[in-house]
Amino acid sequence: MDNPIDYIGIAGNKPKGQRPYFFDDPAVERVLNITMAVSMELAVARERVDTLERLLEAKGVLTREEIAAYTPTSKEIETERQQWHSEYISRIMRVVQQSMEDLENPDKSLQEIADDINKM
Amino acid sequence: MAAKNLPPTYDHIAHHEVFPQTTHDEKARYNFLANLNKHLSHVSQGNAVAFKNRVQPAFKKEYGRDFETKEELGDAMAKDMHYQTWSALRRCTMEMRQQAGRSLTYRQAQELTDKVNKLNEGKSSLVLDDEVSPPPYLLAVDNHIMPGSYHTELFEGDVSNAANYDGGLFVTTAGLLGKYSDGGGQAISQWVRNNHPEFKPKRILDIGCGMGHNTLPIAKMYPDAEVIGIDTGRPMLRYGHARAMALGYDNVKFMQVEASNMPFEAESFDWIQTTMFFHETGGKSIYNIMKEIYRCLAPGGLTMHIEQPQYTDDMSLYEKWIRDWDAYNNSEPYWSKMHDIDPKELMMECGFSGDKYMQIGAQAINDLDDGTQKADEPEDHGRSPIWNVFGAWK
Repeated sequence: MDNPIDYIGIAGNKPKGQRPYFFDDPAVERVLNITMAVSMELAVARERVDTLERLLEAKGVLTREEIAAYTPTSKEIETERQQWHSEYISRIMRVVQQSMEDLENPDKSLQEIADDINKM
Repeated sequence: MAAKNLPPTYDHIAHHEVFPQTTHDEKARYNFLANLNKHLSHVSQGNAVAFKNRVQPAFKKEYGRDFETKEELGDAMAKDMHYQTWSALRRCTMEMRQQAGRSLTYRQAQELTDKVNKLNEGKSSLVLDDEVSPPPYLLAVDNHIMPGSYHTELFEGDVSNAANYDGGLFVTTAGLLGKYSDGGGQAISQWVRNNHPEFKPKRILDIGCGMGHNTLPIAKMYPDAEVIGIDTGRPMLRYGHARAMALGYDNVKFMQVEASNMPFEAESFDWIQTTMFFHETGGKSIYNIMKEIYRCLAPGGLTMHIEQPQYTDDMSLYEKWIRDWDAYNNSEPYWSKMHDIDPKELMMECGFSGDKYMQIGAQAINDLDDGTQKADEPEDHGRSPIWNVFGAWK
């Protein structure tokens, strides 16, 4: 494809309609959303580590000391690992991306949309 | 909180040729989200407790009476800490599911399109129509906060939104719909076969079929019938048709048709089905669609509609209010207004006879249940696989 899709940007898009906030302070709710996303990525990392440990143990391949001493051996590897961080941060900051989209294009509330749809 | 059953891991979901590929970490993300959904259904039970123990007594003390409207009940609940916490987590989880599904499907968008096009090429069983657009009520909202809804294509032939839907339904329902996410279709086709073994439909229509996950079990149960699924979302139709081809179905057609204006002859279907469709329509359109259903259904034919339960007189005000949560907080706006419609009156107004009307409960069939998916899991109304079915014979 000529223009690769920005899949991580699109992934975090907000849906139509104002986002409902439940806490008295929306800032608190944003912190909760960020924390939950971090929780999720921690879980993903933990599952991967679990897989690695089981495979490595089974094959008698690696020691813990080698893992502790590792540094990237090429620019490509370095870039891959940094790219991962960048996408990870986008995932965690999804709620902020959506509030910025709403800033640029203020939306109807779901109550207003429900009233509209009731007439359609 | 009671001990939870564990959802099946994402490894158990059925794959087919056009199913989105998932890496180790993408599966892990889905495993986390499926578990989180199960966990939150337990957390949601706290809302009723908060209502009974805190919110209702406080209101009665202040006003000397009980709640009289959903609005004042909702205003009081909105201030409650548990309700705020569960709601914020619930909304957050739905957004995380969308982000997780979208990132994995959009990274393989062109690949998916290529695979789908290959399976669809030259097939007369996929009928698209440029003249058919999604109706206004589908353009006004992104149902269940799926950005771009069922109809958005980033490029010609893009099926990412459909693939995201297919891949993620398992997560939202914690696998309770089975490995093909077709528990609803299996439930209704088994009910019809078991309760009406004499019924041999020749032509069956599934309205708002989406990617056809609930259409295929019907086609499998009635292999001699011609089964047609209609939708206005091109990605859903393209993907759904390719999916049906990949799974080996030869009696299903997917057509781009708008339900309130169908090109079919009068009385040309023996069975017209809708599954979780009507709550995504609109206040006027629901009547237009039901009238079209009446027109297209043959005498002696059957029409059944799997839907969220309507309000009943014996439902408490609290239950009516909490069942509306998804309407305003998960972008299913018509869900709430539709609750006020009496389905029997709706059908009678559109031509059906009251004494042929029926209402049943259907539990989704879960082919992944190895005995550990107990039926006594608490019900999270928006994500439960237990549905209400209303319908009529003509």
